[in-house]
Amino acid sequence: MHVYANPARFLKIARPLTAWLGWAGGALIAAACGYGLFLAPEDYLQGDMARIMYVHVPAAWLGLGGWVGIAIASLMQIVWRHPLAGIAARAIAVPGALFTALCLATGSLWGSRAWGTWWAWDGRMTSMLVLLFLYLAYIALGQADHERGGEGRITAIFGLVGAVNIPIVKFSVNWWNTLHQKASIGPRGSSIDESMLWPLLAAALGFSLWFGAVVLMRMRTLLARQKVEARLRRMAGT
Amino acid sequence: MIAPWILIAACYALTLVGTLGLTLWTWAAMRRAEAAAAKLGKRP
Repeated sequence: MHVYANPARFLKIARPLTAWLGWAGGALIAAACGYGLFLAPEDYLQGDMARIMYVHVPAAWLGLGGWVGIAIASLMQIVWRHPLAGIAARAIAVPGALFTALCLATGSLWGSRAWGTWWAWDGRMTSMLVLLFLYLAYIALGQADHERGGEGRITAIFGLVGAVNIPIVKFSVNWWNTLHQKASIGPRGSSIDESMLWPLLAAALGFSLWFGAVVLMRMRTLLARQKVEARLRRMAGT
Repeated sequence: MIAPWILIAACYALTLVGTLGLTLWTWAAMRRAEAAAAKLGKRP
């Protein structure tokens, strides 16, 4: 991983990879969502409302996966002082927050019909809302720390501590009685029919590739800004 | 009760607007930042 610690080497790979991930992700999202919206079969119990699954579930996975990425990058920043780890963690936060917000919004719309309520303070929904607040706090803390000239250690510690919420979100449906159903996909297989499972996995892969493209674009932005700031400091000093 | 297809359309529209919006905003910010870095790099 330290091979990519050099920003110039990282940028050489990131530039072509950004476009590839973005276009491949966009195409897969369009195909999977089009299939989910118009061609996938209705659910025997929920009818057409189950079509929300193709955007709601990938949003939930990426909201959670985003924070796992922040925690891993934060650990790399604290333990190995990897120069790009802090930048990667800050780059993940914005798309992670977007997907968490999309998960909550689409879940609320789905719940309004399936459960007869837009919101309930149950384990899954509340822990997901906490995750959104953690993302917003992380973004604000990262920005404030950067403006004060900090090295991002406080933000990294916050990223690690916030990871405590991830198992709470994941296992909330097992630990408490919730309106939300238990996991349909696990290590032992899936309870979803293949005609719905494959488009769901394709949508998740498409959104993941797109997520990667946005993270790379944000990393390139942060690196370019860092370069400008360093240059301006040098010019002011001479 | 709201019709299912209105709720489904709202979910897909929110996702589309969110992802497209973030893509464009991130791409514009990246182009601006990289252009500023390149411009400063050319100065003696």
